[in-house]
Amino acid sequence: MRIMVAVKRVVDPNVKVRLLADGSGIDLTGLKMTMNPFDEIAVEEAVRLRELAIASEVLVVSIGPDKATETLRTALAMGADRGLLIKTDAPIEPLSVAKLLRAAAIEEKPDLILLGKQAIDDDCNQTGQMLAAQLGWAQGTFASNLAVEGDAVTVTREVDGGSQTVRLVLPAVITVDLRLNEPRYASLPNIMKAKKKPIAERQPADYGIVVEQRLEIVRLEEPAGRLAGIKVGSATELVERLRSEAGVLS
Amino acid sequence: MSVLVLAEHNGLVLDDATARAVTAAILVDPDVHVLVAGRDCGAVAARAAMLAGVAKVLIADDGDLADQLCEPLAGLIAGLGERYDAFVAPATTSGKSVMPRVAALLDVMQISDVIAVEAPDRFRRPIYAGNIIQTVRSRDSKKVLTIRTSAFSPAPSEHAKPIEPVNFQRGPHLSSFVAKVMARSDRPELTSARIVVSGGRGLGSAENFEAVLAPLADALGAALGASRAAVDAGFVSNDLQVGQTGKIVAPDLYIACGISGAIQHLAGMKDSKVIVAINKDPEAPIFQVADYGLVADLFEAVPEIRAAMPAG
Repeated sequence: MRIMVAVKRVVDPNVKVRLLADGSGIDLTGLKMTMNPFDEIAVEEAVRLRELAIASEVLVVSIGPDKATETLRTALAMGADRGLLIKTDAPIEPLSVAKLLRAAAIEEKPDLILLGKQAIDDDCNQTGQMLAAQLGWAQGTFASNLAVEGDAVTVTREVDGGSQTVRLVLPAVITVDLRLNEPRYASLPNIMKAKKKPIAERQPADYGIVVEQRLEIVRLEEPAGRLAGIKVGSATELVERLRSEAGVLS
Repeated sequence: MSVLVLAEHNGLVLDDATARAVTAAILVDPDVHVLVAGRDCGAVAARAAMLAGVAKVLIADDGDLADQLCEPLAGLIAGLGERYDAFVAPATTSGKSVMPRVAALLDVMQISDVIAVEAPDRFRRPIYAGNIIQTVRSRDSKKVLTIRTSAFSPAPSEHAKPIEPVNFQRGPHLSSFVAKVMARSDRPELTSARIVVSGGRGLGSAENFEAVLAPLADALGAALGASRAAVDAGFVSNDLQVGQTGKIVAPDLYIACGISGAIQHLAGMKDSKVIVAINKDPEAPIFQVADYGLVADLFEAVPEIRAAMPAG
C-alpha cells in the first residue's frame, strides 16, 4: 500500500508567541520553526509501516512557502521516500488545505493518508476530517493505535472518557494522537541521504484551486494574563484561605 | 433561519456539553433546534427538549447511527443543510470529529473552539495554546462551529418542546464499530467538575496517583486530572489529560500538584476561577498563574490538606 502524510511547518511548540506591536499579526521574527509535533507522529507511523513492508512507499506533502521544504526534508530524513511541496505564500485555512491535499491524493492514489490531529499554531483540528469528507473516504480521528488488515485498517481512537476502536474500509484518512508512537530522531547518515531524495513542487493553480480566505481576521489579542497570587506557608493556611478568602471550599 | 445543535449523548444520557452548546447557539440565532442521532434514544431527546431556549428537537433513529460514527452522522447533518444557517456542536472528541466533516460537505470553513459569540458571523477563539485570542468573521453563508464548553454555562431546564422524527438516508458503510472501553469512575466528569485535582510528573507513579492524589480528589468531590507529562509517563489514562490538546477545564478550584506548568498545560486550565499550585520547585512556572502557591513536597502537603479539611 501507498501512504501519504501531510506535514505542516509551525512555530516550535515550546515558544510563547507574541503579537506584532500593531497587533496585525503574530511576530514570527527569529522564532524557531519545526514540524508540527502531531505530524511527526504521523510520519513515524508511516515509516514504521514501510519498515514492516506493509507500505511500499511513503509520500510526504506540505503546503506553504519555500521554507516548508525544510519540514519535508525532516520527514525524508525520518524515512519517507519522496516529498511534494504545494507552494503558496498566502495564509491558508484548513478547508483549502484539505482541497489541495484531495487534489494531490487523486493524482497520487494513496491507500492511506495520515495527518496530525491538529496543528499547534491555529489549533483548528479540522484538516483530516475535511479531507476524508471531500474524498468520500472513512476517517479515524485521534488514533492511538492502528493495524492494517487486508483492505481495512483497525483504529483505536482516544475519545472522551476512554477509547473507541473502529474498522475503516481503505482508502481512509487517519489523524494521529500523542500516544500512537514516539517519533525517532533522524540520524546523520539519514539526514545526508534525505538531501538526495526527490521533492516535487506544484502550485495550487496546477490543481485548478484558488486559495481563498473564508475567515476574516478581525482582531488578534493577547489574553489578559493571570497575576501570580500569594505563597502560603503551610497546607493548613492554604485550606483556611480557600475556605474564608476564596470561598471555594465549604 | 435557524441553528442546529448536535446533541452529545451515549444513547441513554444527554451530556451536559449539549446544554452549553445551546447557550452558544442562542447567541447565533434564537431559533435553536437540537438533533439527537442514534438508536432508541428517546430518553435523550426528551431531556434535550427540556433545555431552555430550544424550540424543537429532531430525532434520527437508525441502527447506522447507534455508534455515532462520523461518516453517517456527518451525512445526516449535511443533508439538513438547506434548513439551517448554522450548525453547532460542543468541542468534545465527537464534535471535533464530525463537524469538520459536515463543514467540508457544505463547503464551509469551520470555526473551532469558539469561546465567545460577538455577532452571528463573528466569533472569538484561542490559537497558539490560548496565548493569542483571535476574532474572526465568517464570510460563508452558513456557519459551522464547535464551542468550548468551559466558556458557556449550561442552558437551564424548562417545559418540554416538541420532538420530531427526521429522515435518515443510509450511505455506504465506510466504517464500523468494533469496541469501546470507557474508564469507569465515580468521580465527576473532568470538563464539568466544580473542583479538579490534577497531578503531574512529580507524582512519580501510577500507584502514587491512586494513593496520594485520589483520596484528596474524593474528599473534595473533585474530578481527577493530569498533565501531559503524567499521561506520557503512563501514570493515568489519556482522557484525564488537561491541556492544549487534551481537556480544557475551567472549574471553580483547580489544584495542580507536582505540575511544572508548561504552556500546553496552562492552555487547558488557566481560566479556572481559583488556581492552587503545590510544587517543591519555587521557580516552577505554574506559580506564575496560581492564586495560592505552596512550595512543598506534595507527598507531605497533599495528605496535610486532606487532614485539614472538615470531616465528611
